[in-house]
Amino acid sequence: MDNRQKEIDNLKDYKYGFTTDIENTRAPKGLNEDVIKFISNIKKEPKWMLDFRLKAFERFKQLKEPDWQKPKYPKIDYQDLYYYSAPKSMKDKPKNLDDLDPKLLETYKKLGIPLQEQKRLNGIAVDAVFDSVSVATTFREELTKQGIIFCPISEAIQNHPELVKKYLGSVIPVTDHFFATLNSAVFTDGSFAYIPEGVRCPMELSTYFRINASNTGQFERTLIVADKGSYVSYLEGCTAPMRDENQLHAANVELVALDDAEIKYSTVQNWYPGDKDGKGGIYNFVTKRGLCKGKNSKISWTQVETGSAITWKYPSCILKGDNSVGEFYSIAITNNHQKADTGTKMIHLGKNTKSKIISKGISAGFSDMTYRGLVDISSKATNSNNYTQCDSLLMGNKCGAHTIPYIKNKNSESNIAHEATTSKISEEQLHYCQQRGLSAEEAVGLIVNGFCKEVLQQLPMEFAVEAQKLVGISLEGSVG
Amino acid sequence: MKEQLQKDFDNTIRNLTLSQKDIEIKKFYLDNFINKGFPNRKEEDWKFSDLNQIIKKNIGELSFYSDYTSTNKVDTSAFVDGLEHNKIVFINGRIEKIDFDYEKKDQIEIIDQSETINKFNNNSSLSDLNSAFTNKSFKIVVKEGYKLTKPLIIYHTTNSKIWSKNINLRLNFELYENSSLRLIDLFRDTSEKNFLNIFYNFDLKESSILKNYKVDKFENKNIKYSFNNIEQDKNSISETFILSSGSNFCKNEINCNLNGEYSSAFVNGIFSINNNKHHEIRTIINHLTENTKSYQLIKSVLEDSSRAVYQGKIFVNSKAQKTDGYQLSKAILLNKDSEFNAKPELEIYADDVKCSHGSASGSLNEDSIFYLMSRGLNYQQSRELLINGFLLDVVEKITDPEVKNLIKNMIGIKE
Repeated sequence: MDNRQKEIDNLKDYKYGFTTDIENTRAPKGLNEDVIKFISNIKKEPKWMLDFRLKAFERFKQLKEPDWQKPKYPKIDYQDLYYYSAPKSMKDKPKNLDDLDPKLLETYKKLGIPLQEQKRLNGIAVDAVFDSVSVATTFREELTKQGIIFCPISEAIQNHPELVKKYLGSVIPVTDHFFATLNSAVFTDGSFAYIPEGVRCPMELSTYFRINASNTGQFERTLIVADKGSYVSYLEGCTAPMRDENQLHAANVELVALDDAEIKYSTVQNWYPGDKDGKGGIYNFVTKRGLCKGKNSKISWTQVETGSAITWKYPSCILKGDNSVGEFYSIAITNNHQKADTGTKMIHLGKNTKSKIISKGISAGFSDMTYRGLVDISSKATNSNNYTQCDSLLMGNKCGAHTIPYIKNKNSESNIAHEATTSKISEEQLHYCQQRGLSAEEAVGLIVNGFCKEVLQQLPMEFAVEAQKLVGISLEGSVG
Repeated sequence: MKEQLQKDFDNTIRNLTLSQKDIEIKKFYLDNFINKGFPNRKEEDWKFSDLNQIIKKNIGELSFYSDYTSTNKVDTSAFVDGLEHNKIVFINGRIEKIDFDYEKKDQIEIIDQSETINKFNNNSSLSDLNSAFTNKSFKIVVKEGYKLTKPLIIYHTTNSKIWSKNINLRLNFELYENSSLRLIDLFRDTSEKNFLNIFYNFDLKESSILKNYKVDKFENKNIKYSFNNIEQDKNSISETFILSSGSNFCKNEINCNLNGEYSSAFVNGIFSINNNKHHEIRTIINHLTENTKSYQLIKSVLEDSSRAVYQGKIFVNSKAQKTDGYQLSKAILLNKDSEFNAKPELEIYADDVKCSHGSASGSLNEDSIFYLMSRGLNYQQSRELLINGFLLDVVEKITDPEVKNLIKNMIGIKE
């Protein structure tokens, strides 16, 4: 048996499915003003932050849960969730990594995320979020030298209130849709990054999300601000233990790019997808939105979505600055009973704005996949361009693949081109590979990787390797 | 609006000879419509065209009752010249003439269905409205193996006698094995501010062929909605061509169910609109069994502050292996105020399929204009030549040469 096969065998089951036995501090169950005050209090937040949350909660009470999405799910009882859960040892924040609970270190070691800096992985700064709190952020000193702020958002609220106040909620306002507003009211932790003017961030920044406690919703909030002329590449990874019940993950991610700045945001999402019969798994209802605020700015989303029982998200770009660029590269893979409704929105407001969407969907087993996207060129966005390509691959006739693009062109000097195809792996390609000695499974792996190549090559190196492996594992058992 | 509807409904019923049971059914549809009202943008299918708003803005209060007791004079000068054809003539919504002079009498059956309520396979509020208020409805049956020698032209004529009226029409067609029918819907309006709500149902049996052409060319200020449902059996072919140009607002919906193997559906359309016109085509092609095929091509030329919408959906269920589905929409925006919205949709549950769609919108290609101008044409001529060629592509898809020439002449497209 060759190495690749061995590797796949080792990983046949969801390898991140373990739980860490650790004592928790939790907020009382349910959602009400007291819980929000509890969260705000435990985070020692200033009053403006509490007001922000309460304002969002007021709004939330008036909102109705949306139901237009393709994957339907049983009604979530928002009163039956814990909105805050943190390892007890985190109550008094450890000063440095040596003080960190060894169990936590162990967990991250198991996940392959070394928190000790000496074991650093090619210089990636990691912010590790465990349930509702950030447990460790690495390489902070080195980043501080360049003036880069990279810390948990709860710390940023304390230490850099002027920045947080200015940008938090500027892309996803508290009055946004149902899940975004819920997040604004109860978000617990997440990452904050600020890249000062003219700085090119020397290393990849990364957040690693882990849901551990049961019955908990994870609501984290990420805010990245790239000041004039700066550049940052940001990675995000996620895993969760195997549990029978569905868990809700409703994060908000806001990106702001000022003049000439560039943000590259990559996600490898591998939440627990549920078992073979579709029991359990994470509901991944995330709001991600980037604002190209300044001239010549650029925001690029890359996502590899392999996990979650239901993925429902549309990382978007608002191209406000003239000459700004938005990009969206996505691979979404669903197997067994997984469901996904994902895509992007490109809102062209400024002149000469450009956007590009490459989406690859693969569905196997009993799964269901939808690409839903919006390209909107407003009447002022003269000389703008969009190119969209959505390809879907189907394996078996029990799964579904759907494409629902909304295309709006209000400007006669702008062009939109959209292409979509749906097909299966051709018999000829399979035959060709097998004739040369590959097994059916290897052949499919090879062809699928080729199908995804355009997106995979957008990922930073370490991530690309991991993602490529994930693609193989996710489709395990779907051939034949 | 509710009192108006009730009153007009009572007046309409009074002129019909219906059994108590049928009246009850019609009442049921009326209540449905009263509950739902005209569709608005909250409904996904009407997202880009809010009919409720459009009617409010352009017509205001509608009246739903028409007096059909007196006949209208059929103006023969309005008939198409140079093409022998069968006729159905509607004037102000009243059916004045059904004439199949060129065909064998025993091969075509015309059944008056006015006294029977036939359900329509669509539960939108507009179909409820139609069911509640249709006055006369006919079923046209083409017998087995009979191919009509001449096309059938349905004239929809309105004149200034009506104002702010809602007109509901319904026709059913049944094409038996190996039969064929060519149909042209021709709109001629001299009226203003009326709302036409038209429902056709086509039942295509094995190996039958339907060619369905809709021509809305002449300038008018009416609002039109037309829904065609096409059921297709084994080996049947349906070809639909839509020229969407004349009315203030016009929405054509084609719902095509490919129920039998080797059946195929073609839908081609042209939007050529100006001023403040707002037109939409929505197609739903349901591939329900193996080896079916569909092809769609929609091209738009938009001037002034006009707005066109294309919503096309290809649905493939899990049994429908070997489906071939294709859809392309292209739009040229000539003015900065014009707008093109598209929602090309694929919903696929079978793996051995070939489905694709493409959509492009933008301005006239400056390079092409430069090329033509460098060869001595002026700007206006170059522009016309390019638009001509752009639209000709769709007209050339019409498989019937007689109708193709008629439509070419009508819209002044040169080869």
